[in-house]
Amino acid sequence: MDLLTSILAIAVFAGASLVYASVGEILTERSGILNLGVEGMMIMGAVTAFAAAVASGNAVVGVVVGGLVGGMLALVHAFLTITLRADQVVSGLALTLAGGGLASFLGQRLGPGGAPLVGMVGPRFRAITIPGLSDIPVIGPAFFDQDALVYLLFLVVPLAWFLLARTRPGLYLRAVGENPQTADAMGIDVFQVRYLYTFVGGVMAGVAGAHLSLAYTPGWTENLTGGRGWIAVALVIFATWDPRKAVAGALLFGGVNAIQFRLQAEGTTIPASLLNMMPYILTIVVLVVITRFESIRKKVGAPAALGLPYNREERT
Amino acid sequence: MNLPYRVTLEKRLDAPRIVVWLVPVVSILVALAFGAIVLAVAGADPLEAYGQILTGAFGSLTAWLDGEFYAVSETVVRTVPLILTGLAVAVAFRMRFWNIGAEGQLVFGGVFAAWVALFLPGVIPGIPQTLWVYLPLMAVVAVAGGAIWALIPAFLKAYLDVDEIITTIMLNFVAILTYQYLFTGPWKDPEGQGFPGSALFPEFTWLPRLTGRVTLGLVLALAAAVVVWLIFDHTKLGYEIALMGENPEAARYAGVNRAGIIIVVMVLSGGLAGLAGFTETAGISHRLQQGLAIGNGFTGIIVAWVAKLRPGWIVVVAFLLSALFVGGDQLQISMGLPASIGAFFQGMILLFILGGDVFTRYRVKVARRPAAVAVEG
Amino acid sequence: MVVEGHDRPTRPSAPVTDTAPIAVALRGITKTFPGVLANDDVDLEVRRGEIHALLGENGAGKSTLMSVLTGLYQPDRGQILIGDETGSLRPVTIVSPRDAIGLGIGMVHQHFKLVPTQTVAENIILGMDGVPFVLDMGSVEADVAALSERFRMPVPVSAFIWQISVGEQQRVEILKALYRGAEILILDEPTAVLTPQEAAEVAATLRALAGEGKAIIFISHKLDEVMTVADRVTVLRKGRNVATVDVGATDKHRLAELMVGREVATTIDKDDGAIGPVVLRIDGVVARNDRGIVALKDLTLEVRAGEILGIAGVAGNGQRELTEVATGLRRVEQGTVTVDGEDLTNRPPVRFIDAGVSHVPSDRLGRGLAGNLPLADNMAMKAYRRPPIAAGPMLRRDRMRAFAGDLIERFNVDTPGPDTPARNLSGGNQQKAILAREITAGTWARERGRRPVLIAAYPTRGLDVGAIEDVRRHLIEQRSGGTAVLLISEELDELMMMSDRIAVLHGGEVMGVVAPAETTIEELGLMMAGEMRR
Repeated sequence: MDLLTSILAIAVFAGASLVYASVGEILTERSGILNLGVEGMMIMGAVTAFAAAVASGNAVVGVVVGGLVGGMLALVHAFLTITLRADQVVSGLALTLAGGGLASFLGQRLGPGGAPLVGMVGPRFRAITIPGLSDIPVIGPAFFDQDALVYLLFLVVPLAWFLLARTRPGLYLRAVGENPQTADAMGIDVFQVRYLYTFVGGVMAGVAGAHLSLAYTPGWTENLTGGRGWIAVALVIFATWDPRKAVAGALLFGGVNAIQFRLQAEGTTIPASLLNMMPYILTIVVLVVITRFESIRKKVGAPAALGLPYNREERT
Repeated sequence: MNLPYRVTLEKRLDAPRIVVWLVPVVSILVALAFGAIVLAVAGADPLEAYGQILTGAFGSLTAWLDGEFYAVSETVVRTVPLILTGLAVAVAFRMRFWNIGAEGQLVFGGVFAAWVALFLPGVIPGIPQTLWVYLPLMAVVAVAGGAIWALIPAFLKAYLDVDEIITTIMLNFVAILTYQYLFTGPWKDPEGQGFPGSALFPEFTWLPRLTGRVTLGLVLALAAAVVVWLIFDHTKLGYEIALMGENPEAARYAGVNRAGIIIVVMVLSGGLAGLAGFTETAGISHRLQQGLAIGNGFTGIIVAWVAKLRPGWIVVVAFLLSALFVGGDQLQISMGLPASIGAFFQGMILLFILGGDVFTRYRVKVARRPAAVAVEG
Repeated sequence: MVVEGHDRPTRPSAPVTDTAPIAVALRGITKTFPGVLANDDVDLEVRRGEIHALLGENGAGKSTLMSVLTGLYQPDRGQILIGDETGSLRPVTIVSPRDAIGLGIGMVHQHFKLVPTQTVAENIILGMDGVPFVLDMGSVEADVAALSERFRMPVPVSAFIWQISVGEQQRVEILKALYRGAEILILDEPTAVLTPQEAAEVAATLRALAGEGKAIIFISHKLDEVMTVADRVTVLRKGRNVATVDVGATDKHRLAELMVGREVATTIDKDDGAIGPVVLRIDGVVARNDRGIVALKDLTLEVRAGEILGIAGVAGNGQRELTEVATGLRRVEQGTVTVDGEDLTNRPPVRFIDAGVSHVPSDRLGRGLAGNLPLADNMAMKAYRRPPIAAGPMLRRDRMRAFAGDLIERFNVDTPGPDTPARNLSGGNQQKAILAREITAGTWARERGRRPVLIAAYPTRGLDVGAIEDVRRHLIEQRSGGTAVLLISEELDELMMMSDRIAVLHGGEVMGVVAPAETTIEELGLMMAGEMRR
């Protein structure tokens, strides 16, 4: 496999969890809810998915559990921010903190018989080579020799885009995020829409974590996600809330991971710590560039009501 | 689902004092009750666990009667950086500048202080190598280190309007990786026996102890709380910070310089966090080693929020929260529960406080749904 | 406002009042909010084919009543009844806007409920039943186009809302209701943002809709409009229904008295003061709005000491950008802004404040006040930098409270105290507080030997008559004291009454500057619409 292909292949593999998490967060933010708990949901999804997979012997069970756990945490966030109108930033941060701590705790308890999960080998999603397609030069091995969760993305991303752009629920979702007063006046249940898409975002964050522990790493260690959840949140801005662009961003970050690996494999003199910094510095650079050159906010920008609670009977 | 009742939330004009006091207390109690359930599910006896936390944090009555205050002093040691990071976060949050980077700013403060301790004597031997010269020098440099690290997201936000949540978080990772690189690489102790860390700091850079392991750092932290309180309530700067946080449009209209105030606030915020880096390296570890970035920056957020950004309360909440930590460590030793349970409890307490806050901001009304009445004609 | 003598819609020969079936009836509606009784046992009855006006000053309860009817609020007590073709009534419960739409009630809000980043067609089908899962915007657009033709309300169906004019946006709102089969149409202050000519068009549209049997309710505080367009009018005062009369059987003065409960002054005492030199000069200014579109095109204006220069124009023609340019809140691309001889072009707001420019903003809670902060903090916004409140870098809060207390008393601001959060005050008192602060700042400027400038943007908007009189009195006082006052208003009556000169703004340009005595409302209307220059 030549260099470009191998980098691309790792980029796709590494970027998959980012795509899940950021597309999920795109849907959540489009409804006007800012969910900064993605990192916590991701890591909880990772640990519970792995534990469930080990316990059941089945990776699919693991993914389902991971996704549901992520979704349930998101429901806590939804309840606090939508029904109780708490500050969305602090709620998300609290969930990330609590989720991180709980995941670490569970990681030491959820193995068979209460043993720690660290170091265990469990069921995983292995790469499935698609005959024919995987022979296409360059992109073949990169896109068509991946695991089932990556292939699922080929469906999920276009579906997310289609939902947003071409369906009635998508129209309503966008309206709720842009102008909840209008949506409410037009008979759309703002609370319901926000709860739904916050849940969906959480599920996808959980699945993202599951991909890490059931395919990418695989397995469980402390701090498995290493800030990926935050990178996913940054990707949402990078993608200007469009699922298709999130893929591009995720590939970019996946690519950075890939370059890190290659450099280390080739015995580079650059210290590991410096290499590991690359994704984080890149996130800042990307964010600066995007913010600087963003088009007129009204046309392409954050949903206007993002981060603001909605209360129908509130008089100004 | 059509209930005969309807529950609505009605915004309060202002909350009666009893509500403002009662709600956080009840929230914490509910959080502890929930935590008890989690403990029970995890196979630990909640009552025993909470008891162990209390003795771990404060010491038992018998120990006190013997004049043994070891536990309490350990709790105080743990409180010092939390006060400082709590203040750091509060200063920024008051302006609604979400500084999630106190962790990285603390680390950089520690790194800069470490440089002074390890290398300045060699670079400028002329400086008197005494406590009262080196300590203030290290403190100032640490403050500068934290402030510089905070200035990056500050500039990005002030001039380019880049989201500060993400930049501060990313810089946390960069700071931690940097300091890890330093003490496992170029600054590694040549005589270290396999344990990664820098050389021991010279004795004239050690913060003097007051009692137990409690250092002068405590005085610094309390002084900082007073200074922040003064700034908030009695200076023009504090007024501008509050105005900017409440309504940036009105602040601009009143002539407040947005970019300027963001920079000043972040220098203050980063500086306070950097000071915490100083108290930890010069006071406790006397080296640059693993254990500097243990989450004080994040716990500071919880401290600040629960204390409603008020310096006086920050001191109290920092003390209570560190009691939870120190006691939690005890749990790890005596009951085999992992230390991370502390982080989980913190997050949970914050969640319950967030949830409970709704009762201070809104009144809950339960009303009968109007029933249809038959009409004549 | 409707132009006198032009396009007065024709009425059917017999009044609609007693014969047509009742379309909707509200009985005994009562609604309270924290601290205020908004609707007090209100009855209202509207018949098919009728145009019924709901008249009252700001805060009388008109919007609240209609919000109850459209399901946004739930009444504490009372009944809503809907009538069928024969007029027999049945009681209904409306717990959400969806219920209201289902019952054929459609509302056109004063602040349009439109999503700016979506198209006209998308906005029209938002929330409708029967929209297919996969959107077919092509056929929706065709349907909407057909509907708009039928009612003679042309709109560009595939354009984004932010791209179309305010008049067109209003038509979209009306079409939205009609598309959903509304038989009862409610319009809230329909002509507030229209030119006189556009207002006449809307009146004709309403006539046509009523002719088709729809029941129309419109909320207004403008007497002219009510007299010309409505068949019957219900007057609300302090949450109560004080009268329901046929328009043909009453007149403006009687309605004004019912609205306010006492005699209303329609003129104001203004002496022929000495007008001094130019204090504020805006010369050839070009500035862009938030969207990057040019909002001020080579604008030139002068305000002299001791005069009130009124700015007339339909909202959205550059008024906002004008105030911001004159206070340092917006960048000027070309041209200069000079205050009392000092060139302040593109200097920061604090320089303007120091130069003696005071600003009463149109957005009270958005810009003029920090709602959650105590009133004392808010009153100090222009005072906190100077002694006695400031002492070096320190702030004397005791002196801040005293300062606020003094202003509260002198300007008669009704509040429990200086520590109350500003958002708890009523609109009128908030405005008085802001005015107190800005006027006092002007006094300091005078002490420093500078000539003060006061920029008041829509200062009487949303206030009840008592507060309106207070505000106008203060502005006149400032004028008499030699302050240069720039008054921006959407009420031509107000401008005619208060201004020494009136400048008309259209499309970011000054169409003309005239003295009230030398012009007419019609002429002003034409300039506002961009069809005339002087």
